[in-house]
Amino acid sequence: MVLKPHLEDFKIIGYYLGKIIIGIGLFMLIPLFVALGFREIAPTFDFLIGIGISFFLGFVLTKICFTDKDLNWMQGMIIVSLSWLVATIIGSIPLYLSGHFKSYLDACFESMSGFATTGLTLVQDLDHLSYTHNLWRHLVPFLGGQGIAIVALSLFVSGSSGAFKMYVGEAREEKILPNVIHTARFIWVISIIYLLIGTISLGITGILIGMKPQNAFFHGVCIFMAGFDTAGFAPQSQNLLYYHSFPFEIVTIFIMIVGTLNFNLHYHLWNGNYKEIFKNIETRTLLSSSTLIFFIVALGLKQLNVYPGLVMFFRKGFFQFISGHSTTGFQTIYAQQFIKDWGALALGGIICAMALGGCACSTAGGIKMLRLGIILKALKEDIRRIMLPEKAMVVQRFHHIKNVFLDNKQVRSALLITLCYLALYFTGALIGMFCGYPFLESLFESTSAAANIGFSCGITDVSMPAILKITYMIQMWAGRLEFMSIFTLLGFIVAAVKGK
Amino acid sequence: MMEKSNIKNQISKLRIKNQNHINNFDFRFVILVFAFCILSFSCFAEPVSSSDLINNAKQYDGKEITYKGEVIGDIMARGKFAWINVNDTKNAIGVWAASELVKGISTTGSYTANGDIVEVKGKFNRACIEHGGDLDIHAESLVIVQKGEKREEIISHRKIITAIAFLIICLTLTIIYFIRLGYGR
Repeated sequence: MVLKPHLEDFKIIGYYLGKIIIGIGLFMLIPLFVALGFREIAPTFDFLIGIGISFFLGFVLTKICFTDKDLNWMQGMIIVSLSWLVATIIGSIPLYLSGHFKSYLDACFESMSGFATTGLTLVQDLDHLSYTHNLWRHLVPFLGGQGIAIVALSLFVSGSSGAFKMYVGEAREEKILPNVIHTARFIWVISIIYLLIGTISLGITGILIGMKPQNAFFHGVCIFMAGFDTAGFAPQSQNLLYYHSFPFEIVTIFIMIVGTLNFNLHYHLWNGNYKEIFKNIETRTLLSSSTLIFFIVALGLKQLNVYPGLVMFFRKGFFQFISGHSTTGFQTIYAQQFIKDWGALALGGIICAMALGGCACSTAGGIKMLRLGIILKALKEDIRRIMLPEKAMVVQRFHHIKNVFLDNKQVRSALLITLCYLALYFTGALIGMFCGYPFLESLFESTSAAANIGFSCGITDVSMPAILKITYMIQMWAGRLEFMSIFTLLGFIVAAVKGK
Repeated sequence: MMEKSNIKNQISKLRIKNQNHINNFDFRFVILVFAFCILSFSCFAEPVSSSDLINNAKQYDGKEITYKGEVIGDIMARGKFAWINVNDTKNAIGVWAASELVKGISTTGSYTANGDIVEVKGKFNRACIEHGGDLDIHAESLVIVQKGEKREEIISHRKIITAIAFLIICLTLTIIYFIRLGYGR
């Protein structure tokens, strides 16, 4: 029997959503100040409207649905899944008002792509977009990367067991510190320290390669936010090809790698536990998968002699590979070149790298290295069980922050989520083919959306069918939240309709 | 005799006709060659679009092309050369040019300005060996076709009214909130 949700459930969900909406409104104050600083008048009004709508809706929701009760698991999960939809709708208001989007759906696509740290873009005439809107495009992934609900709640909540449910709902199962709010604040602190280091590094590099200081630091902050949060947006239409600079690409590679690592690992590195990086199952799996997949990509590129020189092979082949595997999506080639130049083998390698993704509890998307490591360990255990005498006890261990014995529950969970990701990749590809695109292109773009990469081989364009835009938005949303909170939301809707 | 002279006449008529035919053929041939030369010359001079260059990069690789578009972003000086990015409304392509050539560019495209429109003649590279595999153009000549200009910000009255209305609502709600907070204490 399915139980119909109570009015109290709706009130709690509404109350927390209201708080999250106010939080998003508060973050819009940053671009508002930038607009005033750069004397960009039209964007100032765009953000005033955005802030006004956020505060008004947030205030109304928190007043109507006021409650002092804490969340249960179901409510926490539903709040998370709904908060990403609400954030998308609210966050797209100033983008749409900029006049750089053909429709409100396109602005929502951009906003969802940003919050989910994907980086697929539908913005038009990006090279004439204001500093203010461009900053918002890059700030959105910075918020999404930390987790919208957690970001908003870490501002308002001093200690709440309910916050942990939202933390888990946003695809973060690992608590770095005992209190989840402290964990969220730690993630904030290290993100801001990296932001300063990254912006200064990119800003100085920008000046050295001939950019104006103001632009160099503006691009520095934008590229850092898009790189560290594995989003892949860039302030110019050519993405990273705009800079024509090897040193700039090297700095960006470092930022992408830092962004794809587990925040828990960062915590241990910050506390001087450097051995963890060599022992951890995730970093080991990442290294192994990178070596193997890059070999495939290199073979494909070599076969067609796409990049004959070593430097160009590194700057184009390796850069695209690491950008895909870290799920960032920065490009130093044009979208069409993937299809026209790269060939099926190299493209297949990039699709594999994108599908596997980065580390758990990071801003990266995809299946994740921890799950891949656990599945491989389970496979090894099963092979050993077959090889050894029947009476032999076969135990498998792995190191992830601490030594852990592999159990069936972990393997089941890893396999289930992997299966969901594979289904999501292929469903998107099927819908792409239904819209008339070839199989390989459809699979490439679908994997890029669902694993939150942001690479495009040319399908993502203002002219693509609305059904495909909506499909990619759903893929980005489901891929970022890793399914569970979305399944809970669907269950809640069914219960509301059919429950007794 | 009469028959012989008739035959001679007919032969000479045929010869004249043939001669005319050959002359016509030569004339047409010359026109065709001339037209071909003009057309091929004008094809070379006609700017190639960025989409065409990117989609058919292998065909254009290493060839002399003409490309036209707006200079956007920064002019990035690198020694005696500089990078500019030229956008033809579909895509922007990097142009590697001697500093002398880009000296005349005064405005580049941004939120506040439409950049200078330039016509670049140079060598197109699908994967430039000199620049780490970039798809780029090495400029041999660069002409500023149209000077850039300031872009005016267009702000609709509806936008201003909506923003002010929301601002008033938010301020009222904030005041109510703080008054209630004060009573609560």
